[in-house]
Amino acid sequence: MNWGSLSEFLHMGGYGLFVWGSYGVTVVALVLEVFFVVRRARTPAEIAGRRMREETGI
Amino acid sequence: MKRNIWKYAAPQTFYPLAGKMIPLFAVLAAVLAIAGLYVGFFVAPTDFQQGESYRIIFIHVPAAWMSMFIYVVMAFWAGVGLTFNTRLSSMMAHALAPTGALMTFLALWTGALWGKPTWGTWWVWDARLTSELILLFLYVGYMSLAASIDDVRRADKASAVLALVGVVNVPIIYFSVQWWNTLHQGASVSLTRAPSMATSMLTGMLLMALAFWMYTIAVSLLRVRAIIKERERSSEWAQE
Repeated sequence: MNWGSLSEFLHMGGYGLFVWGSYGVTVVALVLEVFFVVRRARTPAEIAGRRMREETGI
Repeated sequence: MKRNIWKYAAPQTFYPLAGKMIPLFAVLAAVLAIAGLYVGFFVAPTDFQQGESYRIIFIHVPAAWMSMFIYVVMAFWAGVGLTFNTRLSSMMAHALAPTGALMTFLALWTGALWGKPTWGTWWVWDARLTSELILLFLYVGYMSLAASIDDVRRADKASAVLALVGVVNVPIIYFSVQWWNTLHQGASVSLTRAPSMATSMLTGMLLMALAFWMYTIAVSLLRVRAIIKERERSSEWAQE
């Protein structure tokens, strides 16, 4: 065990901003990616087709 | 068995296979990430020189490795699609690109946040950082070029050429720390000699690298299903 308490863990030896700034952005980015790809994959073919036609003219 | 495997080159046949594989890779990603983060934060000790800031490594290195690996895989499938005119190959390349770009961004972002406390600077134009930034431009260029061409098959071909030309950047990134004088440190991990980092740190890093890999596969398979559905929407099987 490296950490005596939660506040020690969050403080990260003074580097909290850098470490949690890294992990935080990573988590947000991955969650967003999953959200958007799930939404895209769930779009029924008909609606996806209409969107594609509007965007590309095909 | 060998004769039948080529049937998966058809989007319609690959679609359900991809669907079955996604949950497996998603679960693997979650399990490996939990294991990796546990080792990274609760087993690996404080670094003598860098203190706790080094723990960014458990994101930074996996993301950087994936950014390079995904690009090569993407270029491979783009090349196959270009050479053999196989639609699904090109679709797979397009499915990989956004995740690859995200990994590149994360490598750059976490690298900057690690560099500030350890090097004293958010950024430097050394060979590794610059070539990794170029990798991000290549991913964005690949996606933009494909999006800008209305005819999907022409878009596939044009973007494939861009992807293939850009592949030369990957060995440049990889060997940059050997070929040039860089602020970015040299390789601590090698296939041919013992690692120059503590075992627990290495274990955490490898677990997270595997987690990122499993995550990439899961997300890319889901994205290729979306692309298949969009492109094949006019065919009978997609109407159901």
